[in-house]
Amino acid sequence: MHDDPVIRVISKVLIPFVMLFGLYVQFHGDYGPGGGFQAGVIFAAAFILNAIVFGMNKGRHVWPPRLVLQCIALGVVLYGGTGLVSLLTGGVFLEYSVLGKTQVAGQHLGILLVELGVGLTVASVMVGLFFTFASRLSHRRFMKIHNDEEDSRTERAKA
Amino acid sequence: MNLSPLLAQWNYVLVIGLMMIGFYTVIARGNLIKKMVGLNIFQTSVFMLYISMGKIKGGTAPILTGDATTVYSNPLPHVLILTAIVVGVATTAVGYALIIRIRETYGTIEEDEIISAINAQDGHQDAS
Amino acid sequence: MSEFFLNAILMIFLAFIAIMAIRQNRLFGVVMLSGAYSLVAATWFVVADAVDVAFTEAAVGAGVSTVLALGTLSLVGVEEKKRPIEPFALVIALGTGLLLLLAVLDMPSYGIATTPIQLHVAPHYLLESEREIGVPNVVTSVLASYRGFDTFGETIVVFTAAIGVFLIIGGWTRAERSGQETSPANENRSNHTQEKSDA
Repeated sequence: MHDDPVIRVISKVLIPFVMLFGLYVQFHGDYGPGGGFQAGVIFAAAFILNAIVFGMNKGRHVWPPRLVLQCIALGVVLYGGTGLVSLLTGGVFLEYSVLGKTQVAGQHLGILLVELGVGLTVASVMVGLFFTFASRLSHRRFMKIHNDEEDSRTERAKA
Repeated sequence: MNLSPLLAQWNYVLVIGLMMIGFYTVIARGNLIKKMVGLNIFQTSVFMLYISMGKIKGGTAPILTGDATTVYSNPLPHVLILTAIVVGVATTAVGYALIIRIRETYGTIEEDEIISAINAQDGHQDAS
Repeated sequence: MSEFFLNAILMIFLAFIAIMAIRQNRLFGVVMLSGAYSLVAATWFVVADAVDVAFTEAAVGAGVSTVLALGTLSLVGVEEKKRPIEPFALVIALGTGLLLLLAVLDMPSYGIATTPIQLHVAPHYLLESEREIGVPNVVTSVLASYRGFDTFGETIVVFTAAIGVFLIIGGWTRAERSGQETSPANENRSNHTQEKSDA
């Protein structure tokens, strides 16, 4: 698909804006519709588009699969960590009021961190799911080549 | 039986119609991917049921505007359905992964062919 | 009155799309129609004042769900066996529908502001969110602060689903082993020629 000039050019132009829109939705979830889940999906869509148009090798180069796994866990740790920090600073688990000087400031900070964790996990999960599904074809082709080699080897051993 | 309450609740009646379309797809079609799509239709119609329970006629989206006289629709069903949508896509992804493995093991994704393949395998094992 | 028509037209459109999706035999069309279904449902959610839900449904239902389904289709094949309409399943579906309609008769009226659901905790959230949390989007404040535990559980559900998929279909962290440029478009073309030679 990277031979087609229209798709290539449009994707190159659009992918940064899609990522920017994802970040906008993430951080403006307080003031309008939006939040962690929507932003995570939109952010992942940019990476998926890149992998579809320019090939899985380039896609995996941009966001390596091991980093995807780490980001999935990091988002959950961020969410739980916010709760634990509020536990350690005197409140109960996930009480954001103790994170800042005033209650409203603490709530703002808590909601920001928590939504960031959610967005990170959701984006990594969507990208990871796409990489998993898309790499199964090459796995299948590899297994077919592998089995064909083994079959020809056993036939040569028999003959 | 007095049916005029049903006309007043036309929203719920239409949603139940959608639900039953999805339900029929899940139980009557044999192709696994079509079952997943039917499940998707069923899930979305349940979400519509919940959201229509929270709607107030003449209300607006629950984003505070500073005007003390606006009527806002109930934000609680919105939160529940947000969670439900994301959980729904998570289970859908696991379902598709299982379909891929079933296809690789049995060579087909039609339900009756899979069942006959399993019975043939069991018959094979009983004979040997 | 116009809201009634808009609601009714969108729902009838949704029913039409759903019935067309069932009757299709080519799975590619079925997957595309399910994406269209999610998109029209997102429009319905906007009409019902649920803007956050509409956003999520459009992104997740019409976006990610369609991408995953298409990825699955590229691995399992695109035709479905033709089947006649099953009368027994139809009877069960209609029977369940009638039972649910009986239940609808007992439900509170649609759109009235004095139903029990509007009087429980929702007024507290709407009135006190400005003072206690200070975030204009009440859905975000309820999701992240008042009901933060549920959102934590939801994040863990997404995490667990990802782990589950990686356990079922593994080996994706290893580098590509087939040796050639593996764009899914190229793989689709070569996959089709492979399947034709296999069949």
